Amino acid sequence: MELTGAQALIKSLEMQHVEVMFGLPGGAILPVYDPILDSSIRHILVRHEQGAGHMAQGYAQVTGRPGVAIVTSGPGATNVVTPLADAYMDSTPLVVVTGQVATTAIGTDAFQESDITGITMGITKHNWLITDVADIPRVVAEAFHVATTGRPGPVLIDIPKDIAQSTMEWYWPAPEDLDLPGYHPVTEGDPTLIREAAELLLAAERPVIYAGGGILKARAADALRELAERTGIPVVTTLMARGCFPDSHPLCLGMPGMHGNYTAVTAMQRSDLLIALGSRFDDRVTGRVSAFAPDAKVIHVDIDPAEHHKVRVADVAIAGDCRLVIEELLLALDSLGLAHSEATRGGRGGSPSDAVAGAPAAEGSMAASFPRERLAPWRAELGEWQTRFPLVYDQQPGAGPLKPQYVIEQLRDHTPEDTIVASGVGQHQMFASQWWQFDHPYTWVNSGGLGTMGFAVPSAIGAKVGRPDKMVWAVDGDGCFQMTAQELVTASSERIPVKIAILNNAYLGMVRQWQEMFYEERYSEVYLSPDLPDYVGWAEAMGCVGIKVESTDDVATAIDKANSVDDRPVVIDFRTDAFEKVFPMVAAGASNDDIMVDPSLIQDLGA
Amino acid sequence: MSMYGTDQRHHTLTVLVENKSGVLARVASLFSRRGYNIFSLAVAPSDNPRFSRITIVVDVESAPLDQIMKQLDKLIPVVSITELDPAHSRERELLLATVEAGPETRGQVIQLVGVFEGKIVDVGPEHLTVMLAGAPTKLDDFEDLIRGYGIVEMQRTGRVPITGAVRPPERQTPQKRQVERRWPRCITRRMQTPVSSATARWP
Repeated sequence: MELTGAQALIKSLEMQHVEVMFGLPGGAILPVYDPILDSSIRHILVRHEQGAGHMAQGYAQVTGRPGVAIVTSGPGATNVVTPLADAYMDSTPLVVVTGQVATTAIGTDAFQESDITGITMGITKHNWLITDVADIPRVVAEAFHVATTGRPGPVLIDIPKDIAQSTMEWYWPAPEDLDLPGYHPVTEGDPTLIREAAELLLAAERPVIYAGGGILKARAADALRELAERTGIPVVTTLMARGCFPDSHPLCLGMPGMHGNYTAVTAMQRSDLLIALGSRFDDRVTGRVSAFAPDAKVIHVDIDPAEHHKVRVADVAIAGDCRLVIEELLLALDSLGLAHSEATRGGRGGSPSDAVAGAPAAEGSMAASFPRERLAPWRAELGEWQTRFPLVYDQQPGAGPLKPQYVIEQLRDHTPEDTIVASGVGQHQMFASQWWQFDHPYTWVNSGGLGTMGFAVPSAIGAKVGRPDKMVWAVDGDGCFQMTAQELVTASSERIPVKIAILNNAYLGMVRQWQEMFYEERYSEVYLSPDLPDYVGWAEAMGCVGIKVESTDDVATAIDKANSVDDRPVVIDFRTDAFEKVFPMVAAGASNDDIMVDPSLIQDLGA
Repeated sequence: MSMYGTDQRHHTLTVLVENKSGVLARVASLFSRRGYNIFSLAVAPSDNPRFSRITIVVDVESAPLDQIMKQLDKLIPVVSITELDPAHSRERELLLATVEAGPETRGQVIQLVGVFEGKIVDVGPEHLTVMLAGAPTKLDDFEDLIRGYGIVEMQRTGRVPITGAVRPPERQTPQKRQVERRWPRCITRRMQTPVSSATARWP
């Protein structure tokens, strides 16, 4: 069967079971857009290519399948650079197809030419410039393989116009036909190291599981839960891992890091063993590295061996897939005599401590005293911190300014518990992460590593496309919203009913907070305006329902109203208190020991 | 201290890469964006036309060798990385130099070239162009000596190393240093089922 390169490309995407792609056509990609008309793949026409990339990310983050974006050469391609960099930082599987000028024109500064493979070299896991039409099916298969295996990440396929127009004999490569001699991702952990890790774990007095986004990528949430429950070790979930371990679980300490809660941050600082699972010791988590968790030994499980010892030298570094390694670790704990928890032991009566006491003494002697019972003082100490240093805010009822935290809490309480939340970057992101209760994996979509403002609206749209069965709310800031709001036109025209809660404090809030705290309240270029633009009018102009909320009395009503709309997007403009700051906070470059809690807690202590 | 120190700062990596366009740029861009220092770099075809060999002398002051090797290994076209142990490898480099050599010093320069077993490749009334291939330290010595006569122009290729010939154990050169692999490089199965294959979905 003879196909054009364009047809072969679309057919290859179909062979990869792509169900939807986000894109915007242009000159160089025109040939590829023709066969889209005859394809089973749904194409969502965005209003700006950055939106296509973030939608593909949102789709990927909630489904676990690679998101696909397709754009033209030159400016189309450079507009997806930000989503690519974002996906690279957050290890999101993404396949971006870019048009390119004809091979004969490459290098001549042709119209809409840009060296996109060169530009994206450092922000993709790999990229390809196709120079032979016969390579198309193989390269597409390679691209999906690379994007989704090992440490997932974005890839880019650049396809010159003449290649898309020439013809080839169709084939579909077998797995062994892929030409990737240098790509062998590790999946299974080294059994010796896993055994060492198990021994360290059993010897620890103040262990903490430091769960990162890798748990979600590896579909390891169940395995993590079993590990935590069997050992009684508390868990912190990083910004990228929110939802991988239920916030409602007694062992969950919540989010660590710059705006993490006191207990999560301090538990890591005082810990004698950090079990880092799919996390990468990001600077926003560690604070000053030299002062981070000074007494802790480190077990570091990551599928990317380059993460080991990069920031913090690990005592046991295991390269492998988190789920497989945790499962092996549980077996190693078995063999070391760790008793199963009540849940897994079935009929056996008595409390967990009875079960531990009843464990055989010989090889399991070390385990016999571990862990649930031995860790009780540690958990008690953590519990004390949780009581002393909760997250707080002070919402005056009625007339007082609307607190952003109050809005998040109301949103949380008036939506289904498995609602997907997407956010932009800044104060609203931290408030959402702190105050939402994440009890399900894959319900939190945000830009962690790159910190891309404007991420919320398009990623929420992508998430809703991927999970039409779930309610999707975006929590956005007014600054962020203005960056990518045009994609609500996409959502309206494609009937994608996402809901947007703008926490409108008329400022670039996080920058304002830093200027207040670290720049002597010299506010430089951070004021926006509560009324310019008119968010309700803007929303309506884009085919959405627009609602403005200024008082606590109207918050719940507005949310209920938004929830009842299912044929178009809804935008709620919540007018929130500009003076509210995100606490706790560890200043940039400071030690996590110097965590600043909400000032009201300090006053209470002093009193 | 010779130009090519044998101290622990410099390590020689030979990197086997796919022979595709842009691979050198990928390697160079990795070093640049991660702030790693390259001391010298040489690229050449390997014995298999599918692959090329890049020889990089890295300066580990900027980052630990382990981290440099692992980041390199993440590049898809990088097939393998070997750290060469100076005690067990042979390195050669080529030097070309045009030296001031008027009638009164020409004899001395020619003599020097003879001692070092180099070659005269061009002769002019006031200059000689000389070529010398050899171990980098030998080239360092030669360079020091001809400098006194005045170097008009000089080019060195950067070193090209190879693992030395295997000897019977009793004649082994002092202690071959194993390149420690602190991470399992690959699982024997070449292809794994894609984690996020089309049918799989998370809940």
